[in-house]
Amino acid sequence: MTIRTNDNAASFPHRHLLGIEGLQPSEILTLLDLADQAVEVSRQVEKKKAVLRGRTQINLFFEASTRTQSSFELAGKRLGADVMNMSVASSSVKKGETLIDTAATLNAMHPDLLVVRHHAAGAVKLLADKVGCSVVNAGDGAHEHPTQALLDALTIRRHKGDIAGLTVAICGDIRHSRVARSNFLLLNALGARVRVVAPPTLLPASVDRLGVEVYTDMRTGLKDADIVMMLRLQRERMSGAFVPSVREYFRYWGLDAEKLGYAKDDALVMHPGPMNRGVEIDPEIADGPRSLIREQVEMGVAVRMAVLEALAAHLPNK
Amino acid sequence: MNGDANAANGTPKPVVLTNARIVDPARDLDAQGTVIIADGVIQAAGPEVDAKAAPANAEVIDCAGKVVAPGLIDMRVFVGEPGAEHRETLRSASKAAAVGGVTTLVTMPDTEPVIDEPALVDYVLRRARDTAIVRIHPAAALTKGLEGREMTEIGMLKEAGAVAFTDGRHSIANARVMQRLMTYANEFGALVMHHPQDANLSDGGVMNMGETATRLGLAGIPLEAEIIMLERDIRLVAMTGAAYHAAQISCGASAEIVRAAKANGHRVTAGVSINHLTLNENDIGSYRTFFKMSPPLRLEDDRRAMVEAVREGVIDVIVSSHDPQDVETKRHPFAEAADGAIGLETLLPAALRLVHSEEVPLMTVLRAMTSRPAELLGLDTGTLKPGAPADVIVFDPGTPWVLAKEDIVSRSKNSPFEDARFQGKVLRTLVAGRTVHPYSVRPA
Repeated sequence: MTIRTNDNAASFPHRHLLGIEGLQPSEILTLLDLADQAVEVSRQVEKKKAVLRGRTQINLFFEASTRTQSSFELAGKRLGADVMNMSVASSSVKKGETLIDTAATLNAMHPDLLVVRHHAAGAVKLLADKVGCSVVNAGDGAHEHPTQALLDALTIRRHKGDIAGLTVAICGDIRHSRVARSNFLLLNALGARVRVVAPPTLLPASVDRLGVEVYTDMRTGLKDADIVMMLRLQRERMSGAFVPSVREYFRYWGLDAEKLGYAKDDALVMHPGPMNRGVEIDPEIADGPRSLIREQVEMGVAVRMAVLEALAAHLPNK
Repeated sequence: MNGDANAANGTPKPVVLTNARIVDPARDLDAQGTVIIADGVIQAAGPEVDAKAAPANAEVIDCAGKVVAPGLIDMRVFVGEPGAEHRETLRSASKAAAVGGVTTLVTMPDTEPVIDEPALVDYVLRRARDTAIVRIHPAAALTKGLEGREMTEIGMLKEAGAVAFTDGRHSIANARVMQRLMTYANEFGALVMHHPQDANLSDGGVMNMGETATRLGLAGIPLEAEIIMLERDIRLVAMTGAAYHAAQISCGASAEIVRAAKANGHRVTAGVSINHLTLNENDIGSYRTFFKMSPPLRLEDDRRAMVEAVREGVIDVIVSSHDPQDVETKRHPFAEAADGAIGLETLLPAALRLVHSEEVPLMTVLRAMTSRPAELLGLDTGTLKPGAPADVIVFDPGTPWVLAKEDIVSRSKNSPFEDARFQGKVLRTLVAGRTVHPYSVRPA
């Protein structure tokens, strides 16, 4: 990565990354450019940089996520940070400690970067208001998951060249998805056309006000799409609460070759993971030639390196 | 002090309020005049009253054109006594009330234990008599333990001093239970107050359903949760003939339902919290938990519709819905924080916003907090008629001020109006002729 720290500070003027909301398109592009460089670094034999040397990064996960947590851990380590993982799901929070008490405890440990995943929307912002360090939102309830949207954008851009003008269909459990919300914001900011396709019970109220076209039928929703992004449907929502059964869901909203046939011939398939093969996606598609799913994981590490580096420019030096 | 206690520590000195703008909604009176208070009751109040008629030892206060009105009656106040005294005691609530010009408050039965037995009504009344500086009337539970299943001893509770019956924050889901409660309560002339919200439709929801909730990633509560329950209740009123009061409604559609029920001659009344008249869901901003309440704050269109319903008298009463919560219940992510906001101290100043914006006349706003609640509860307060208990406030509708957290008198500080600008402040509060605010002029 060749961009100097001072340039980063100017082109990404934020102390925290709490969401895609509030980011300018130019700032998103800065992060994507940085991430492109991080991909190169990660593909070298020598992967280590010194941007975060001497810095402490704490990954605070109130909700288990092996994938996101290890991605942030690897990103921090490749930039030279000391990384500590804290899984809080089983510790003091269960004993009634408030999030703000947790923040006070963490403050006393003097971390430089805090990566937070929490099951409640707004929780990461609440923490960010109470701690002295930089905070990265690694997913807060059904609100935002900004690094996922950034890695999706990076993956798309590397394959399609430009995001502007593309038609992206986001399909599945929109209602409970922070990935969907962050993607609406980011893809709109970069000029894509965003569609959502879901059973009506999995669409949140007034979602049409969020700059997306709403479909409930996969065939019309996928028509001429450049990108088909599938979302995970959680088990507890499959058996009657939101959709009647897995087999009915798969029949009407699962992505198979027939439905994908309605998208453009060069349409690509994405999924934030972890996948339920046979629920929202046919294994044939998930593991087929048009799937970018494995590449998304690689881009995840790169994007998180870019975010940590951009925030590092704002860390105090004394 | 409770409804019967009058000048507990000897008779206070007579007071004469001269040069006052007297606003007494019970008499539709808005005129310059004089109020004479002695022996804990209003002796005279009106433009024709001569201050010379007052007892010679009276304290004479020149109001200089400020408003003199009946003390406010707040029909929906949550306290922490018994059981959560760290949030609010009867005494601390009464002090906050005095500052806000509230001279009578109706306490909700949502305490620990729940106020569902005559002995507990008696306990609240005695604690109020011994510790509180304004009148406190308990509302008792409609169902044992607020569980929505078995009815309480409505007759004996009423005899013990309960002025109304409600399950407080809880809604009674079972229509048959509600139907029997109404039928039985009607026999005793008891007022059934209900928080109309369908528990299934609202389950998991934490704010108004719609675009804002979707953007914030929060689960929504649809208007229909309130509308369906309110319509059910009104059907049951039609069936049973009971006197029914919707404790709080939050949207224009509910106001229309109440309007229609009244037009059909049903004994239906409705309240609204001051929060729903002066705030909307946008105030939640980025997850501000002091704006989390039940029912949730709705859209600006709903707020306007509620204001209009108050102006027309479709909505009968304005309440503070004072609900003290501490850091242990509020300092959480939005979805996990408790509902509720304090409001005794800001009830009148916030209501005056509607007057200053010319949305509702002063007389109408005051009626909804004085004579209307008095009528619904069967109280002899809420008016300045000669012979009425001397619960009186003096306020300057023009005084500008800002609510600073450190000035909050309530034991809990969860005010949605922290740092808000107001115009209008209570200068003096008298209960049964005794000054309870400001404390500096309160006799020792």
